[in-house]
Amino acid sequence: MSPLLEACEVTHCFGGLCAVNRFSLRLEPGELVGLIGPNGAGKTTVFNLVTGVYRATRGSIRLNGTELVGRDPHRITALGIARTFQNIRLFKDLTVLDNVRIAHYAAMRYSPFEAVLRAGRYRAEERRVLQRSRELLAEFGLEACADEPAASLPYGQQRRLEIVRALATEPRLLLLDEPAAGMNPNEIGRLMDFIRQIRQSHALTILLIEHQMKLVMGLCERIQVLDFGATIAGGTPAEIQRHPKVLEAYLGVEEGA
Amino acid sequence: MDAKYILQQALNALQLGSIYALIALGYTLVYGVLTMINFAHGDVFMVGAFLCFSAAVLLELPFVPALLFSMAGTALLGAAIERIAYKPLRRAPRVSAIITALGVGIFLESAMLALNPYPKSIPTLIDNVTWTFGGVTVSSLQLLIIALSLGLMLLLDFVVYRTKTGMAMRAISWDRALVPLMGVPVDRVVTLTFALGGALAGAAGTMYGLAYPVIDPYMGIMVGWKAFIAAVVGGIGNIRGAMIGAFILGGVEILVVAFLPSTYRDFVAFSLLLILLMFRPHGILGKTRAQKV
Repeated sequence: MSPLLEACEVTHCFGGLCAVNRFSLRLEPGELVGLIGPNGAGKTTVFNLVTGVYRATRGSIRLNGTELVGRDPHRITALGIARTFQNIRLFKDLTVLDNVRIAHYAAMRYSPFEAVLRAGRYRAEERRVLQRSRELLAEFGLEACADEPAASLPYGQQRRLEIVRALATEPRLLLLDEPAAGMNPNEIGRLMDFIRQIRQSHALTILLIEHQMKLVMGLCERIQVLDFGATIAGGTPAEIQRHPKVLEAYLGVEEGA
Repeated sequence: MDAKYILQQALNALQLGSIYALIALGYTLVYGVLTMINFAHGDVFMVGAFLCFSAAVLLELPFVPALLFSMAGTALLGAAIERIAYKPLRRAPRVSAIITALGVGIFLESAMLALNPYPKSIPTLIDNVTWTFGGVTVSSLQLLIIALSLGLMLLLDFVVYRTKTGMAMRAISWDRALVPLMGVPVDRVVTLTFALGGALAGAAGTMYGLAYPVIDPYMGIMVGWKAFIAAVVGGIGNIRGAMIGAFILGGVEILVVAFLPSTYRDFVAFSLLLILLMFRPHGILGKTRAQKV
């Protein structure tokens, strides 16, 4: 089977500091993979490289064989990659509904002239996207607050809305950056169910960054560990928990070990 | 002092306010997407007036084609200014963009001065009929200016609040780095914003040229500043605020001229800006936006 995403020897340097160093990753369609590592290991930089926010200094990243390095972020989104953020980033003064609608931008096909003339295609496309957005909100229990500003939602629902917005771009690959940040164990349990559910219902491949080991170990099929921008280990959750380099990176070297 | 006089002045204020509003919208649109003040915008308005003049005199076009010619020309000019002068500075310190904008303004004034050293007058493109209703005089030109401006403002409101491009503009003003991840081509939306602002300035230039006797290469400076004041008074970045600010400013100016020596006009207009900013630094409809962490 050919991989959905293949990152090959990707390096990204800010000045002299390489935040990501010869990073490689292969995601098969439908996989759910965790990316873990200490703070500053370069995990979020990997997300920024994949989504085109940063341009890799060296190396290649391919989605279904299409090279992503050097492509504009809006084109990469259109190819089927969506993400969420560690610190939630919503359009807070836009309504919940508009947050989801804007994610359909590339899927709305009408010209400015058709809009000004209120031509049939403009009406049809706007109606389709409005309906699709409402369906998505209903699917995730957010329809009641569709017309509220996004900022007024409680924290947990803002996280959920961010994921719904990402799904609205119709991604094949979803990147989740610390989805459990700020959640208690109960909420984390519900989040795990939620991630499993969207993975099934939206046929997603998921790569997630997380510090909450309960979530990573309970959810991911495979884990890759980063430290100082380089991969130090990879394997199943059980393998990672015993891996000496991982223990060293997380806990430091034991005295007399 | 009677009701007729007040009504007459209100009509004049509406006419002046309409022209300020069309220009103020350009400032506010660009500020919304780039948090930048496009100081060349007043000069785009000036170019719009001269384009209308060329259309009327050289091409001998009637009113509607002349208006569309001017609007299309200033839309292209606005987009070209953005691509050539501002886009390379997108990541530069903000002061560079402001200085560039002032430079573009001076460039446009000097270029127009080189092409057109003498003040010009746009020929009458529409039959100017005047009616008198109970002592209040209304001209067809005045009605046209007010109606056309309101129409364009409604159209803009529709674009900004009811189309995907408008939604993208509003989202960009909140978080520009995030918008591309929604699949939005930010560069194209920014250029469209400048084109839209330019087209409105072209319409304003055309109507100004029809309503007031003389156009000259420096006419955009003071009118541009006034429109900028209107945008700030209304809350820069806010579309409806720019319209409200423009009509307030138009009203204040007409009132000053009606009751005080006309030389007080600009003094009062700029004082209004300073006083308002002391009490409402974000303008009438502007929101204090929490700094993003």
